[in-house]
Amino acid sequence: MSNIESALLDIGGFDILATQNTPIHRRDPRAKVLAALAFIVTVVSYDKYDLSGLMPLFIYPVALVAVGNLPPGYLLGKLLLASPFALIIGIFNPLLDRSIIMQLGPVHVSGGWVSYVSILLRFSLTLSAALILISTTGFNSVCLALARMKVPKSLTVQFMLLYRYIFVLAEEASRMFKAWSLRSLSGRRMPMKVFGSLVGQLLIRALDRAQRLHMAMLSRGFDGEIRLLRPLAFGMKDLIFVLGWAAFFVLARLYDLPQLLGQTVMGMAQ
Amino acid sequence: MSHHIVEVKDLHYTYPGNTQALQGVSFRIEHGESVGIVGANGAGKSTLLQHLNGYLVPTQGTVRVGDYPLTKETVGQVRRTVGMVFQDPDDQLFMPTVYEDVAFGPLNLGLPPEEVATRVERALETVGVAHLRDRPPYRLSGGEKRAVAIATVLSMTPDILVLDEPTSNLDPRARRQFIGLLKSFHHTKIIATHDLDLVLDLCERTIVIHEGRVKADGPALEIFNNAILLNESHLEKPLRMQACPACGKSG
Repeated sequence: MSNIESALLDIGGFDILATQNTPIHRRDPRAKVLAALAFIVTVVSYDKYDLSGLMPLFIYPVALVAVGNLPPGYLLGKLLLASPFALIIGIFNPLLDRSIIMQLGPVHVSGGWVSYVSILLRFSLTLSAALILISTTGFNSVCLALARMKVPKSLTVQFMLLYRYIFVLAEEASRMFKAWSLRSLSGRRMPMKVFGSLVGQLLIRALDRAQRLHMAMLSRGFDGEIRLLRPLAFGMKDLIFVLGWAAFFVLARLYDLPQLLGQTVMGMAQ
Repeated sequence: MSHHIVEVKDLHYTYPGNTQALQGVSFRIEHGESVGIVGANGAGKSTLLQHLNGYLVPTQGTVRVGDYPLTKETVGQVRRTVGMVFQDPDDQLFMPTVYEDVAFGPLNLGLPPEEVATRVERALETVGVAHLRDRPPYRLSGGEKRAVAIATVLSMTPDILVLDEPTSNLDPRARRQFIGLLKSFHHTKIIATHDLDLVLDLCERTIVIHEGRVKADGPALEIFNNAILLNESHLEKPLRMQACPACGKSG
């Protein structure tokens, strides 16, 4: 099986996780979207040298993974898959920013290293929040939640159709790739020229399909609006979920919780 | 009552770039008839079907569905009357779940939610896929996809069913079940296909399209027994009417 195919089958894995029935899964999709948004905004609002302040925020993904019965290894794997992006983005920080801002015994730590680690932490926090959102809610319910929260329909419908047809498209792409590799024999990488025409063909096929799809929609009375028939109920528990997390994020942002905790523990010890 | 008739008169259609796909097609299909439309690749079958739900507008000639001539104003009414099932179910099933897909049409008709729900349930029951209601369409088998595609159309309670290659890509058993299902419908049916055995099973009448014209129009058996006609239209006798390869007996 080609890599694209197996990677996509894995995307389907989120849908399976999302069918569970846990206190997290039962929350209204809008509640989970709002909490995740609040979380991400909080994470990115920290100063670039602030490492200890970020630590309490790990409670959010850890709690959701635990209560939502998600497989931590699976999510970590996905995180690693995307990590090269973050690893490369910050790679020059240690070289550019050499001012010493921290001393750990004999080791002097430059600001560049601190901000690099901070980038990696934020990357893991925000991405894991997104992954957890999808795997406790399901992609389509996230779209529905966005639609109900007045995100423009053209955008949410795009997402929905993207998610529906990415499998079809990948199947088509992997068929073409298979056809090429069976006749190329050499086992070498695909030359740029072949790759270009393959992508071009894929685009044309996608356009053809879009046209047929549009015809299918028209013949069932499509008038520019997709109506959804899924009841959503935002209850007390959902409100508590959102407000509870929001309160925690504000606290974590305003006060240095690890330090406070340390002081309290020290105070009790004395 | 002229509710379920389909009448095509002197239909011409020329694609941009001057490909003449249809060059004067005429026929009339009465209430409750089941008609097979057969012809070689590129004979114009698909172009013809795309006129029946108003996706294409005739270059010349008229299409009449039920009480309405097909025009820009009546196209909505015509689409409500004609249920179109596409060749590739992946083109037809675009919603996140089976249930939502079947509800798509009725919701567009502006029906109240309770009515939509009963229609969806009924359509799913009819084609026997009620248990798939919450599944995403891409996780269904070929036969299941096909059945759901029919359900999406049935939920709009059309009078006329138009099917494009309904048995392509089905395994023999799924094909057989699907033919049984189609047989149980009392709609006017128009089926474009290369599967001539299917035509033999379902249609008493056949229209042969060749190079954009109606080459023959009559009882299916009569047409399938006319070897010269079939040969000229790039067709072959249905397999069941050919000599048996094991025993050599014909038919």
